[in-house]
Amino acid sequence: MDIAHSCASGMNGLRAAGDLVVRMQMSQGMRIKEAKAFVADRLGVSTLMLSDPLTMHELRGEKRLGRVFESETTYFRDPSPIEAKVHIADLLGIPVNAATKLKAGLGL
Amino acid sequence: MQTIGSDTVEPLIPTRMGDGSLVEMTRSEIKADLEEGTQFAATKGKVSPLAEDELDHLLDIFASAARFTGVDIGDEVVLTKDGTGSPQLGSRLDALFVAEQSFGHDSCELWHVDYSYRAVKTVLPMEQQAMKEAQERMVIPVHYGAQPDLGRYSRPDGPCDNWSELLPMMKIDEARAAQEEAIEMAVEDMVFVAEGMWEAGADGINFDTAGAAGDGDFLATLKAVELLRKRNPEMGIMVGMAGEMVLGTHGQLEYDGKRLAGMKPLDQMRSVQKAGATIFGPAINVNTSKSTAWNTARAITFVKPCMPEAKIPVHMNVGMGVGGVPMHAFAPVDAITRCSKAVVDILKLDGL
Repeated sequence: MDIAHSCASGMNGLRAAGDLVVRMQMSQGMRIKEAKAFVADRLGVSTLMLSDPLTMHELRGEKRLGRVFESETTYFRDPSPIEAKVHIADLLGIPVNAATKLKAGLGL
Repeated sequence: MQTIGSDTVEPLIPTRMGDGSLVEMTRSEIKADLEEGTQFAATKGKVSPLAEDELDHLLDIFASAARFTGVDIGDEVVLTKDGTGSPQLGSRLDALFVAEQSFGHDSCELWHVDYSYRAVKTVLPMEQQAMKEAQERMVIPVHYGAQPDLGRYSRPDGPCDNWSELLPMMKIDEARAAQEEAIEMAVEDMVFVAEGMWEAGADGINFDTAGAAGDGDFLATLKAVELLRKRNPEMGIMVGMAGEMVLGTHGQLEYDGKRLAGMKPLDQMRSVQKAGATIFGPAINVNTSKSTAWNTARAITFVKPCMPEAKIPVHMNVGMGVGGVPMHAFAPVDAITRCSKAVVDILKLDGL
């Protein structure tokens, strides 16, 4: 069920920029068109590119937003998930709960 | 069309019934089902049926013999989820990680197998620990979800009188009083768990199948959302409905001056929006004895009035037995992807 919807209609999550768009919806209540435009603007790409795994894989690496990996393509220098969420919060200009808590714990 | 002797025969197209069973129908039969499905919803929901061009598009989707389909490139929407993963291997957190790394989920949801806020209240510290670990492991948003589950507050499971037993005895006032008592308890539990999970780092809270136990269930959810929004301005809150019409197990409950019993998706959305949620999830139940085409046309017709008015994202429920998807635990991908494409294309949804 999940895989079928993901392939048929989804934005590819961490493989592309689906997680960033859904953050704007869940935390800010933005509708899809507005959320896509906002994220695309922050990333400096067109909205078409937001679902493109090739473009977004490279861009996520450059901006340290976290990305998928597999056995022959590893990214041990990439940020940890919580560090990635700090970068995501900064990029989108929204509070990300876990990132806010990490910063508070570090006194930042 | 095929010609057999002097007869012209329409070819048969493999398609699905609402229970997922494989059947063969002609293009004309599928077309008739789409028209009947939209008319059924239009009459029952007092809304407009789908337009001719929308039915034509649905016919192209459902009369295709392709095994798999999908939206056009660029038309993708985000996916939220009620209860991510069924871990055949590893732990709940492993399942979330697989959903992120392998399935391409846009978000995921940590959940307890006893999917009820009342049940989770008793194991909240363990759920908070699991959320903390999930946040340390996942980049995509991790929501926490459960059901309002008002029925759990009635005897023998809970402390309130059982309104399902009182109603057949015509003890209407007693049944209403029992539900009113349960509502206050449910609100307290939902707020307690939601704030606990928020404290543990959750990216948002999901109230799944709101209204499943009737108008009291829905009112409890709305009250919980209202309180959470007031006390936690940054909290993401999603409310997914249980069906296309709120059952009037109480019958007199109102929210924002509107009677909840009998409420259809448009007014459900208005109430959820007013309470302060950030995502609304309409759910339209499936008739298992009708085709997937019939069910999808019916579901789209019910939800369509929400779309121009929504100020928050609308994520239609398209899981097992809702939104046209067959009522089967392992629904076939041909049916799922047809429903997926159909609802996104016609409704211009914000997500699924």
